[in-house]
Amino acid sequence: MTCAGAPYRSPLTPERGSFRHLVHAEWTKFRTVRGWVVAVFVTIVAITAFVFVAIGVGRSCIGPSGPSACPVQPTGPGGVPVVDTFYFAHRPVTGSGTITVQMTSLTGQTLAGPNKLAPGGLQPWSKAGIIIKENTTQGSAYAAMMVTGSHGVRMQWDYVNDTPGLTGPVSPSAPRWLRLVRHGSTITGYDSADGTHWTLVGTATLPALTSTVQAGLFAAGSSYDSSFDIQATGVFRHIGLSWPVTGWTGTNVGGENFGVPLPGTLRQTAGALAVASFGDISPAVGNAYGGTGQSLQRALAGTFFGLIPLIVVAAMFITAEYRRGLIRVSLTAAPRRGWLLAAKALVIGALGFVTGVVAATLALAVGTPLLDRSGGLQWPVSLLTAARMVVGTGALLAVAGVLALAIGAIVRRSAMAIAIVIVVIVVPYLLAFNPIPGSQPQGSGPGGPGGWELQITPAAALSVQQAVPQFHQLIAIYALNAGYYPLAPWAGLAVECAWAAAALALAFFLLRRRDV
Amino acid sequence: MSLTTRVAPPRHLPGRVLHAEWTKFRTVAGPSWLLAGVVALTVAIGVAAVSAARCKYAACGMDPAKVSFTGLYPGQAVVAVAGVLAIGNEYSTGMIKVSLTAMPRRLAWFLAKAAVLTATVLIAAALAVAGAALAGRLILPGHGFTAAHGYASLTSATDIRAAVGAVVYLTLIALLSLGLAAAVRDSAAAIGLVLSALYLFPIAAALVSRPALARHLDQIGPLPAGLDAQATIGMNSLPLTPWQGLGVVAVWTLGALLLGALRLTYRDA
Repeated sequence: MTCAGAPYRSPLTPERGSFRHLVHAEWTKFRTVRGWVVAVFVTIVAITAFVFVAIGVGRSCIGPSGPSACPVQPTGPGGVPVVDTFYFAHRPVTGSGTITVQMTSLTGQTLAGPNKLAPGGLQPWSKAGIIIKENTTQGSAYAAMMVTGSHGVRMQWDYVNDTPGLTGPVSPSAPRWLRLVRHGSTITGYDSADGTHWTLVGTATLPALTSTVQAGLFAAGSSYDSSFDIQATGVFRHIGLSWPVTGWTGTNVGGENFGVPLPGTLRQTAGALAVASFGDISPAVGNAYGGTGQSLQRALAGTFFGLIPLIVVAAMFITAEYRRGLIRVSLTAAPRRGWLLAAKALVIGALGFVTGVVAATLALAVGTPLLDRSGGLQWPVSLLTAARMVVGTGALLAVAGVLALAIGAIVRRSAMAIAIVIVVIVVPYLLAFNPIPGSQPQGSGPGGPGGWELQITPAAALSVQQAVPQFHQLIAIYALNAGYYPLAPWAGLAVECAWAAAALALAFFLLRRRDV
Repeated sequence: MSLTTRVAPPRHLPGRVLHAEWTKFRTVAGPSWLLAGVVALTVAIGVAAVSAARCKYAACGMDPAKVSFTGLYPGQAVVAVAGVLAIGNEYSTGMIKVSLTAMPRRLAWFLAKAAVLTATVLIAAALAVAGAALAGRLILPGHGFTAAHGYASLTSATDIRAAVGAVVYLTLIALLSLGLAAAVRDSAAAIGLVLSALYLFPIAAALVSRPALARHLDQIGPLPAGLDAQATIGMNSLPLTPWQGLGVVAVWTLGALLLGALRLTYRDA
């Protein structure tokens, strides 16, 4: 007897919509195993329950003499936690108008002992310039044109917005002309190198501005941590206002003693005004200015607790078939092996997605009031960001499930498959918290947003839960434990997807190649 | 003439049970490969970690032992798989029925299995830790871990204690996995539980808001407690002393073994 000739092919053509039936069959397999359904509920409960541990109720601050009342952190427009502490030489102005100055110098002074200053220490974002501000209370709306330590001319408004103007440092030989034009609630910033040719830098819309606002000169040392130990001094000439002129009033916004070592000063020199001040005008994020990273993201801290049961179930969804020999029945019923894998991936992916979305929604619903009651500094999260966190958590679990399924199809053994997937998702996160110094780019690690561990492994997908933004105009330590990840939200998820896709491709290849 | 013949039951000498389990271990390819994997993974990641580590100034706050033993983070997962499969495979293949028929004294059988696992994991762990420590000893002094930076020697009594602590830790994790697998009788569930117990405590400690709670989590979790046994610097700020840390892991292991033994003794196989 020879084996020549074409292999046997069934004369039956597959039914139309057979893939739909296959998916239905796989779904039936899943929902009729009680332990797996329980594991899915464990996933949801674990993620939701961890909220109570992750978000502390009540907050205490450590003062010089033990625990003390926490300082009230000012908030800017939109409820954004800000630092708003600087010297403001201002005068009230009403209606539309223009303020123009020429700046010839920006220097830094370092605090060298009590009430003593030494020259030097200018910071990259030390700043001085002109500002139009709603009033002199902390957190009020503003727009400003400024020169900075090493980022040229900038226009900044409402703490979080920053746009560049002329580049290069300011000096008497390379002065910078700055101009702010107010028209209703719109403030436009211009800069110029010669005072005649002006360039538009930016336009800010500040709906909070009333008819009478404060306009004037400011400086801030911006020492990127809470110590405020750098003073910046800006020298202003050719100060021109279109509004009726009165004298300057000097105000230390935030109070003379609010964290700054010395109050700011306004000095008159030959044909010029010099404004010197510690402090900063910026958002309070990262470790800077008491930004604690307490944000809605903490409500999703239980994701790992939900991931593990889901990974176990997803891997077993295929390895249990091998263990029980059910795979032979499955492949007899669905001889197109790739479609079987696709049906399984679809079922586990959809299940993971729904599980993640439900769990994240519950966690955010529970976490929001808890976070409000905790009384801590909190970054406001827009509805769009919250939606991204919820959908992203769903996608994170879905892709993790597909990855576990694919690894399960490759190694065919439950314990090995589960261990591999848990190790590639969980261990990188642990290592990012305990990094090897020197192996990371500057600024990452426990004090940074995590290094390569959270860029090239499936754990990168956690970035989809990041709620607090990072600001290029604020040098701070954007730390992992403050909720920062090295990759952008969707980029991190894409890394996990790439892993799952690669594993699925290998599983598809091996499932077709190997005997069962 | 009696129809029943009384056969004297064979005497189950401990040596025979051990020998049987040892035969099972060495005649299946899986366990040996897993333990080889522990060594390869731990040493490879240890070499990568010490190659990347740099101590640029005095008191740079890095623990050379912890850097060398970075590979234990994933390595212990493989040890856990080996521990789980030692029992899990008996259940998944139905071998358990044969085993318990041949050796009706279940506790003795369980202890023999634990003994074989202990001996083999001990050897693998010793090789893995020795390899990782050797890599650290050879590479780290060239990367700033010098006497000038406060690292007088990388083979002091403290360093040897850290290495011994790591070996004992891995062995205890294998037994913990064995006990849990005997308790839940399912490899998948058991590995999920073991890895949750290992990895979730340090993650929870990093994510909870209260420092006191975080410290407690670091004290009761087997992985952070085991890390205390591997520390060579900053001993005063550890949540537990090294031996207390190993004690915590041992309590976890004993608890799991007890659960496994109870389930094995009082339930049908």
